[in-house]
Amino acid sequence: MAVPALLPVRAQFRALARTFVPEATGLDERGWAEAEAIVERFLATRPASVRRQVTLLIRLLDLLALARHGRRLPSLDAARRLRFLESLQNAPILLLRRGIWGVRTLAFMGYYGRPEAAALIGYRAEAGGWEARR
Amino acid sequence: MIERAYDIVIVGSGAGGGTVAQELAPLVRDGIKILVLEQGPRFADDEFTGREQEMADALYEDGGGFLTADGTITLAFGRAYGGSTVVYTGTTLVAPERVIRAWNVPGLAHADIARRSARYAEQNNVHLLAPELINDNNRLFVEGGQQAGFVVEQFPLNLKGCRGSSLCNLGCPNAAKMGTHRVQLPRAQSQGVEIVTRAEVLRVLDRALSVVVRRRQAQEKGAESEWEPGEYRVRARVVVLSAGAMGSPTLLLRSGFGPRLPALGEAFTCHPAHILVAEHERPITNDVGHPKSYYIDRAAEEGYVLETCMYFPFTTAKNLTGFGPAHSALMRAFPRLQMILVIACDKAVTGNRIAVGRNGKPVVFYKLTHQTIEALVRATRASAKIFFAAGALRVHAPSADPPLIERRDAGRVDQLIDARHFLPGKISVSAAHLMGGCGMGRDAAGSVTDARGRVHGIPWLKVADASLFPDSLEINPYLTIMAMADRVAEGIRGDARELLGAPAGAA
Repeated sequence: MAVPALLPVRAQFRALARTFVPEATGLDERGWAEAEAIVERFLATRPASVRRQVTLLIRLLDLLALARHGRRLPSLDAARRLRFLESLQNAPILLLRRGIWGVRTLAFMGYYGRPEAAALIGYRAEAGGWEARR
Repeated sequence: MIERAYDIVIVGSGAGGGTVAQELAPLVRDGIKILVLEQGPRFADDEFTGREQEMADALYEDGGGFLTADGTITLAFGRAYGGSTVVYTGTTLVAPERVIRAWNVPGLAHADIARRSARYAEQNNVHLLAPELINDNNRLFVEGGQQAGFVVEQFPLNLKGCRGSSLCNLGCPNAAKMGTHRVQLPRAQSQGVEIVTRAEVLRVLDRALSVVVRRRQAQEKGAESEWEPGEYRVRARVVVLSAGAMGSPTLLLRSGFGPRLPALGEAFTCHPAHILVAEHERPITNDVGHPKSYYIDRAAEEGYVLETCMYFPFTTAKNLTGFGPAHSALMRAFPRLQMILVIACDKAVTGNRIAVGRNGKPVVFYKLTHQTIEALVRATRASAKIFFAAGALRVHAPSADPPLIERRDAGRVDQLIDARHFLPGKISVSAAHLMGGCGMGRDAAGSVTDARGRVHGIPWLKVADASLFPDSLEINPYLTIMAMADRVAEGIRGDARELLGAPAGAA
């Protein structure tokens, strides 16, 4: 059984996810559990080193927020958190840009990987194809 | 360790392996024992649910999230009975004459590739979709493309009974895509070729393979392997590697062939791609109907190809640049989104290669060259013009800052979309046409195989997949892989007496 990567940084991950996908603010505990389970399932198939990197990266982002804004990610207000992450996304250091890309991809996977989210944005593909639309 | 003996063992069951299996199958009548080893599982028809995460995890290596060594490009490749033919869209094009000529492989002529391609196109029921089956996403591409001055062409597709689920890349839920899992592998099997799934080849030994057969995990999709789980040593008089541009070079490198084949793993190309989206005022049919029905080929002139496409929510979200309110607004507009896939025709360059990590898995070193980035930028500008000509309100262009371009700025796309905004690591780049690593050529100094996939200096070892391509193909590759594999099979049949002698069963 793989060690969960998000569990030790759950509050920080949720703060990040709410910034990447503002609609995630509306998730209830069941919705969060579903989103996090999708991400954990994906990470469980990756090497332990990758899972450790994800946890470390989220901790690093939390510490960078503290260093730059005097607050950790969960207590930083939404607008400043967005600006902070946007600045890292455009950082001259590839490692930082990659890190943001990776965490945001996990957040998108958790949020948009849920059938509810797909329905919410109007995505309707199904096996029935044209027949199902007529 | 369980011992098995065959005359011919084919590693991989995609466009290359499936073709070789079918073409060699008549040899079974002569007592030749043929085995196909496939790393992925075999899926039942009702397991193709179309659910994005579930199917991506089941069908793609690393769930479709395999990254290059510097983490800037996602590489997608299938892992199933049928290989990547299970997850492609069935677009069927013959290799351009100028590309095969530029490859300059002694003994490889375009006319030969074209002749074989035509045969497989017919076998796979390739045809043009009827106009009433074309959705708005494709129709807008045609209209916008023509208005913007481009020549728009329709993709021939290998479909039979397509219902327009739009779920091709998650495995067709209606068994309508004529991949090797539907056509060549069943034919091979019906003639006595043995196919074993969940069988990973760890090493190529001297006329033998070290293989591990894995057990199906709880709640995992796909059937159990045809063999008992465990470790096997499979002897073979001939080994054909068709494990794809990732699998075949990796397997040979892992097996210690590197020193005698210095070009092994080199000249990796992948057609780096962006998914571009544009928002229209009204809903369009986009997530119903075949997703990839038209294309614009500007490879010869400008180094890119534009194709229609339609992706699923997570894949779309991942491929848009950025995050936050602007990103969310675009996702909420999903029913009004038009999509174009822009593909750069990259060139084989020194340093872009496949290596093997300490864990034995492939590591892909790949840097986007200035030329490739410029091609992606030109393709993005062209797409933006097509989107606006088709009536889009706004266009999402990764190499613009900010990426969203409003209709009022439609006349300025050449200025707004620029290579200076192309920031690797920030911008999503993906690739699904993986090529090279066992390139064809004259000798072992600069290549791995000859024009018939014979590994230099090792007569019993062949390669039959996209790893043979010495440079990028500049179009969707499956038909050319089949044509190349057909040549490899023909070569084996021609050398059968010398290679096989008495069949394995006759000893």
